[in-house]
Amino acid sequence: MSAIRMNPPEFRVVRDEEKCIKCLVCVRQCGFEAQQYDPEEDRVYSLDENCVACQRCVCLCPTRALRIERNPVPYKLNAHWTPEHIHNINKQAATGGVLLTGMGNDKPYPAYFDRLLLNASQVTNPSIDPLREPMELRTYLGSRPDYLGGEKDRYFGPTPLVPIETPIMFTAISYGAISHQAFEALARAAKAYGTLFNTGEGGLPEDLYEYADHAIVQVASGRFGVHSEYLNAARVIEIKIGQGAKPGIGGHLPGEKITASIAATRMIPEGTDALSPAPHHDIYSIEDLRQLILTLKEATRYTKPVSVKIAAVHNVAAIASGIARAGADIIAIDGFRGGTGAAPLMIRDHVGIPIELAIAAVDQRLREEGIRNRVSLVAAGGFRSSADVVKAIALGADAVYIGTAALVALGCHLCQKCYTGKCSWGIATQDPYKTRRLNPEIGAERLYNLLHGWSHEIKEMLGGMGINSIESLRGNRLHLRGVGLTEAELKLLGVKHAGEGM
Amino acid sequence: MKRLNAQGLSYRELNEKIRALLDSGEKEIVIENVNGQRYIGTGVKAQARLVVHGVPGNNLGALMDGLHIEVYGNAQDGVGNTMNEGTIVVHGHATDITGYSMRGGKIFIRGHVGYRVGIHMKAFREKNPVIVVGGKAGDFFGEYMAGGTLVLLGLDIKPGEQIVGNYIATGMHGGEIFIRGKLDDDILIGKEAKVLEPEEKDYHRLEALIKEFAEYFDLDADKILAVPFIKLIPYNKRPYGNLYAY
Ligand code: SF4
Ligand code: SF4
Repeated sequence: MSAIRMNPPEFRVVRDEEKCIKCLVCVRQCGFEAQQYDPEEDRVYSLDENCVACQRCVCLCPTRALRIERNPVPYKLNAHWTPEHIHNINKQAATGGVLLTGMGNDKPYPAYFDRLLLNASQVTNPSIDPLREPMELRTYLGSRPDYLGGEKDRYFGPTPLVPIETPIMFTAISYGAISHQAFEALARAAKAYGTLFNTGEGGLPEDLYEYADHAIVQVASGRFGVHSEYLNAARVIEIKIGQGAKPGIGGHLPGEKITASIAATRMIPEGTDALSPAPHHDIYSIEDLRQLILTLKEATRYTKPVSVKIAAVHNVAAIASGIARAGADIIAIDGFRGGTGAAPLMIRDHVGIPIELAIAAVDQRLREEGIRNRVSLVAAGGFRSSADVVKAIALGADAVYIGTAALVALGCHLCQKCYTGKCSWGIATQDPYKTRRLNPEIGAERLYNLLHGWSHEIKEMLGGMGINSIESLRGNRLHLRGVGLTEAELKLLGVKHAGEGM
Repeated sequence: MKRLNAQGLSYRELNEKIRALLDSGEKEIVIENVNGQRYIGTGVKAQARLVVHGVPGNNLGALMDGLHIEVYGNAQDGVGNTMNEGTIVVHGHATDITGYSMRGGKIFIRGHVGYRVGIHMKAFREKNPVIVVGGKAGDFFGEYMAGGTLVLLGLDIKPGEQIVGNYIATGMHGGEIFIRGKLDDDILIGKEAKVLEPEEKDYHRLEALIKEFAEYFDLDADKILAVPFIKLIPYNKRPYGNLYAY
C-alpha cells in the first residue's frame, strides 16, 4: 500500500483541449513528470498526483491552454484534523521518515509587518520628493568605535566598514541548494547594484571569484570550501550559527546532488553526503564564538568584518548581546519565515520567532547595554516588499537580507519542493536540462530591477515621512504604529498604537 | 633563522611579528617563551618553519596553508583547525578538536589528545589529511569523519587505561581510522563504522606514516609497527540517505 495512493492529489491539471496544439512544451518543461504524452494515441495528458503547482507549464504554454486547480478534498470538514495532517501521517506511515519541505514557514502565524503602519508628514514638517531631492540609502555595515577616535583601542579590529547602496542584500543560498545559474544571477545583480550577496555554506565557485568583492562568504559547521583565499577574497565573512527555517539543526546536502562542480566548490569528494553538524564543534559558548571570530580576523589580518548569523529564537536578545561582545561586526538574525532548500517540516513550522519581534528586542537590548554601535543588525526571514524593509529598519535593523523574494524574481513560484532537486524553474536543481532555463544575465537583470523598484519605494516612503536618509529611520519607532496589537505586543515592538500621537 | 621572544606579547602582537618576518621572506622562525598565545600560524599561506617553545594557545595553525610548525611543549584546542596544507608536530599533548575539518597536511602529536579529534576531516582531490597520535584519545575520535587518515598508537598507556574513549567514528562517512592493538569490547563504536583488519597495502601506508612520526620523536618505528592494527571505515558514504519521507 503506497503512500501516494493513500493521499488524493493536492492539485489537478485542467487542459483546455480546444486550445491545446500538442506542442508538448508542458511535457518537456514539467520537472515533476506531471505532464505526459502518449504517442500511440497522440494524446497529452496529466498525472495529477505528480503536480506540485509550480506553474511552469501554465506560464510556458503558448496557447494558455493550462490551468492548475486545487483538488478539492472531500473529507468531512474538521478544523482540527486538516487534510495536511492526514496526508503527512500517511506519508510517514509508508516510509518511517522525517517529513521534509522547502522554502519558509507557510502557516498562518501573525505577520507583524501587516500590523504595523508607517507615518507621513502633514503640514507641520514638509515631506521630501525623492525625484528632485537627494535621498540617501547608502548604508555602512560594520562596527563603530565607542567614541570618536576610539578605533585604535579596538580589541577586535578595527575592521573596515562596508558600504552598500541600498539596505537590501541577498541572503545566504548555497551553490548546491541552487543552480550555478541562479547563484551567478545573484552575484551579478549584487555587483551591478552595489550591494552584497551571500555564498551560503557551500563555498564560492572558482569561476565566480570576480564577484568576491560583493560576497559575504559563510563559514558554517561543515567548513565546506573554507580556505584562506576564500576568506581573503570576500568582502565580509559570516559565521553561520543558525537559520530561521531550521533553528538548532544541521543539514545534509545529499550525495546525489553533489556534482563535480559542487564537490570542487565545497572541496569534498563527489557523491558523498555533505553533512553540516548542528553545532560548530569548536563553538560551545560565547567565548568559543569569540575565538572563531578572532581566528577569522587573524586569518584575514583584520581586513574583513565578521558577521554572525543566528536564527531568531526565544532568547535572541541575550544571545545577540553575547555575540556583540564576542567581537562580531555584524549580527544577522533570521526569523521563522526564512526559506530553505530543505528542512524538516516540523522544525520549519514550529521553531523560532517572528523577525519583527526579534529585531525590536535585540535593538532595544543592545541600546540599553550601550553597545549598539559595535554591530550592524541585519534582519532576514520572509521580507516580501519594500514596506517590510522599511518597517524592519524602523524597528532597529541596519539592513535586510532577502532570499525568497529574490528567488521569486528568478521564477520561483513557491511550490516548496526545492528538496527534491527537480525544480522546473532551474533554480533548486542541478539537472543541466533544467538549469539552462535560467539565463544568469536575464536573472541578474530581474534582480536588479527588483532592487531598483524596492529602493525607489523606500525613498518615497522616507520622503513621505520627511526623512532624507535611511540612517535617520533606523530604530526610529516613532514612525511606526501598531494596529490590532495587544499591550504586550506593542511593548515588545516598542511602538504605540495607531491613533496615539507623538 | 630569526628568533622571537613571545614573553609579555599579546597574540596579536606576536602574530603580527611572525607575519612581518614571513612577509619579508624569512624561512625559519624560532619563537621562545610562548605562553598561551592563540592563533599562531593561523591563516598563513607560506612555506616556512615555525619552531615554538612553550605552550601555544588555541587554534594553532588554523586555516593554515603550507607552514611546518614544530612545538616543543603541549598544544591546546583546535590544532590545525580547518587547515589546508602543511605540517604540525607537537612534542607533547594536544587537547580537543585537533584537526577539526582539516582538508590537507599532517599533524603528529607525540602524547595524548582530547575529545573529538579529527572531527569532520575531509579529503579533496589529491589532498588526504593525516593525524597521527602517539598516546591515547578521548571520546568521539573521528566523529563525522568525511575523509583522510587518523592513526592512534597508544604508546605509553598505563595499565587499566583505554587507548580511546567512546563513540569513535560516530557519523563517519569517509576516510579511515587505524588503531594500534585491539579495542576493548566495552568501547562504543559509532553505528556508521565497521572494524576491519588492515590489508597489506594499508600496512605499507602505515609504515611510511609511522616512520615519519618516529623520526620526529626519535622513536623506533619497527617497535611501533610490531603490534597489529585494526582499521575502521564507514559502511556508507551516505549515512543519512534514508532519513526522509518525501
Ligand atoms: S504546453 Fe499547452 S499547448 Fe503545449 S501541449 Fe501543453 S497544454 Fe498543450
Ligand atoms: S525554488 Fe523551485 S522548487 Fe523551490 S519553491 Fe521555488 S519553484 Fe519550487
